[in-house]
Amino acid sequence: MAANTVLQVEALSLAAKSKKLVENVSFSLGKGESLGLVGESGSGKSLTLRAILGLLPRGIEQTGGVIKSDVSSAMVFQDPRGALDPLCPVVAQVAEVIYYRQKASRKASRIQALELLEMLGLPDSLKKSDRYPSQLSGGQCQRIVIAMALACKPGILLCDEPTTALDVTVQRQIIETITSLQRELGFAMVFVTHNLAIAASLCPKLCVMKEGQIVEHDDTLRLLQNPTNPYTRMLLDSVLPLPELEGSEQ
Amino acid sequence: MNSIQIDSPRPMGGRKISVASRVWNTPSLLVGGLMFAVLIGLAVFIPFISPYQPSEQNLSAFLQHPSAEHWLGTDQLGRDLFTRLIYAARTDLKIMVLAEIIPFCTGVFLGMLAGYYGKWLNTLISLLTDTLIAFPFYLIVIIVAFASGAGERGIYITFMLVGWIVFARVVKGLSASFREQEWVASAQTLGLPGVRIILRHLLPNVLPQAIVVLMTDMIGLLVAIVTLGYLGIGITPPTPDWGTMIADGRSFITTAWWLSAVPGLAVVYTGIALSLVGDGLADLWRKK
Repeated sequence: MAANTVLQVEALSLAAKSKKLVENVSFSLGKGESLGLVGESGSGKSLTLRAILGLLPRGIEQTGGVIKSDVSSAMVFQDPRGALDPLCPVVAQVAEVIYYRQKASRKASRIQALELLEMLGLPDSLKKSDRYPSQLSGGQCQRIVIAMALACKPGILLCDEPTTALDVTVQRQIIETITSLQRELGFAMVFVTHNLAIAASLCPKLCVMKEGQIVEHDDTLRLLQNPTNPYTRMLLDSVLPLPELEGSEQ
Repeated sequence: MNSIQIDSPRPMGGRKISVASRVWNTPSLLVGGLMFAVLIGLAVFIPFISPYQPSEQNLSAFLQHPSAEHWLGTDQLGRDLFTRLIYAARTDLKIMVLAEIIPFCTGVFLGMLAGYYGKWLNTLISLLTDTLIAFPFYLIVIIVAFASGAGERGIYITFMLVGWIVFARVVKGLSASFREQEWVASAQTLGLPGVRIILRHLLPNVLPQAIVVLMTDMIGLLVAIVTLGYLGIGITPPTPDWGTMIADGRSFITTAWWLSAVPGLAVVYTGIALSLVGDGLADLWRKK
């Protein structure tokens, strides 16, 4: 493992019973780097991410390869509401993670949690009264989930389609939040998505996955300009361009 | 980009509806709660309501019809039936509640452990529950009641032994399904200890369902207490109890049918009240 590498996945294979789900996947990640894993549903990208976290669903096993990592990792999930205890107020949930991971006192944990939430752009009203996940919007919930992941002070942030369940306008805000936090805190990131545009704008390197295998792995720019694999070509072509309307994004 | 922004125009807390108004919109909970409250109120205040003692005999006024003096008439020993009925409610409801406490706690706790950790504990509990469910319930009750002697103690022991199974089964299933949800996995990967996840996160999520089951189970328990009393291996006379009252009135069923019917109806009334409360609570938590 090179000095600067925080995560190395070598020839990872995952299978459910006899069915191969991920085969021979290898990549490495340096400190502070971002890697995008792109591919269609069922291509094994989420499973790869879960294997890194050690959170494989029941019945799925690692059949080969090694995952080496010397830093802690935390995950941001696809469905923010599903990743929060519906019956526990959100600030308490963030504070709890700080309490157990950083061994702070209950009071200090809460203060830290509130600071973290402010950093993530959650409204100040949470300081006065804590709220349940059902009382927050999807985007706000996702910010809470990110806060919980960051509360572990992870070396690697694993993002499992963190914007898929959100409105398009909110997607962009979440992505901006993640990039600015990464600049500030310097964690490495593996970003799983089926949206090539999002991955390309976030990550300088991309892996394209299809049917459990990496079909292309290159610098984002080179991959976009010069895709060698027909599947990558197809993904690229599927990105719809906006019609020529000046300022239509506003 | 400013850091303070709200993702959606929906005002925060817009979905929050006050608890009181939710309860008000759940008629079954209201009616059931009211019925149960009336019963409890009567049981608590009966010494002030009735001038009679539950075991006070008046042999010159036996088997009287209902009148202003004796609201539900008197039994074969001239005891006031209404007074006895409500004192019996005291006995039976007290036992019903007390006998459920330990089984409820054990059942919920074991169910959570089995559902969350699975493995051998899950197998053991499944085995136990399946065996005990295949066994006729009343047979177990009667055997244990005989072994430990008639009276309250027998009922407590019996229910400590078999009562937890219902809760363990329900909670085990629920916990196993919650376990598969992302927030539990997330809590695990974020480094929360298992005990903490179980007590702080799993427990509040399984409790509503467990309480609904508790309401139904209490009805079954009440019927069991009354049945044991009726069979003469439950509460022993002269302590008033609906079961013994039904048994005592049996010989007069043709002349004074209400002696048996009234305590029977009291059991039905309590059962309806509890089941309405259970239904109402289930509705209430579903709405949330």
